[in-house]
Amino acid sequence: MQIGAARIDPDALRRELFDHAAGAYVSFEGWIRNRNEGHDVLRLEYEAYDLIAVKEGEKVIAEAREKYALLQAHCVHRTGLLELGECAVWVGVSSAHRDEAFQACRYIIDQVKVRLPVWKKEHYVDGHSGWVNCERCAAHG
Amino acid sequence: MSKSITVRYFALFREHAGIGEEQIDSDALTAGDLFAELQDRHGSSEPLGHCKVAINDEMADWGAALKDGDTVLLFPPVAGG
Repeated sequence: MQIGAARIDPDALRRELFDHAAGAYVSFEGWIRNRNEGHDVLRLEYEAYDLIAVKEGEKVIAEAREKYALLQAHCVHRTGLLELGECAVWVGVSSAHRDEAFQACRYIIDQVKVRLPVWKKEHYVDGHSGWVNCERCAAHG
Repeated sequence: MSKSITVRYFALFREHAGIGEEQIDSDALTAGDLFAELQDRHGSSEPLGHCKVAINDEMADWGAALKDGDTVLLFPPVAGG
């Protein structure tokens, strides 16, 4: 698990998962999109508490390795200001067969999104900004 | 007995508190008690169930007991990815 401001290079990350025993590789890229909940988004700002985010991410990957027969698994999450189209999070797994790879990749990204101390602030075209989910939680109780 | 606690705020909580970290004296017995005490002070309204807490850099439960000298990290609802 890596957390940091450096741009994500999916090709380089993918190469690290090569394994001659692997018959399948599945990856997920989370991109910055231009609309969210009816707002036109200009850019996103990610904040993380790195120390726990890395620890918790390692735990998630270890759980995925226990649940599914994986050969390799890795995840990277960006912090800082990200522009539209940039990759904010990357997950990659390799395994002997595709079923495990698909399921494990899904498991890792789903858990990473809800467990890691990572927050994102959307900056909108109209000049406003807001923390994602925080407002929604407050509004929906 | 009053305890000296270092509290660190993140993201939305830092904006509500207006600071990233403070040292406080509190009678709160648990992390949840401290959260309620600080929400009143800073005017936050996030439900406890949507937030997370870490004590001395380890994730903890809201029922975890606090002791003198602890550092409590208050995490608003997370939104990775």
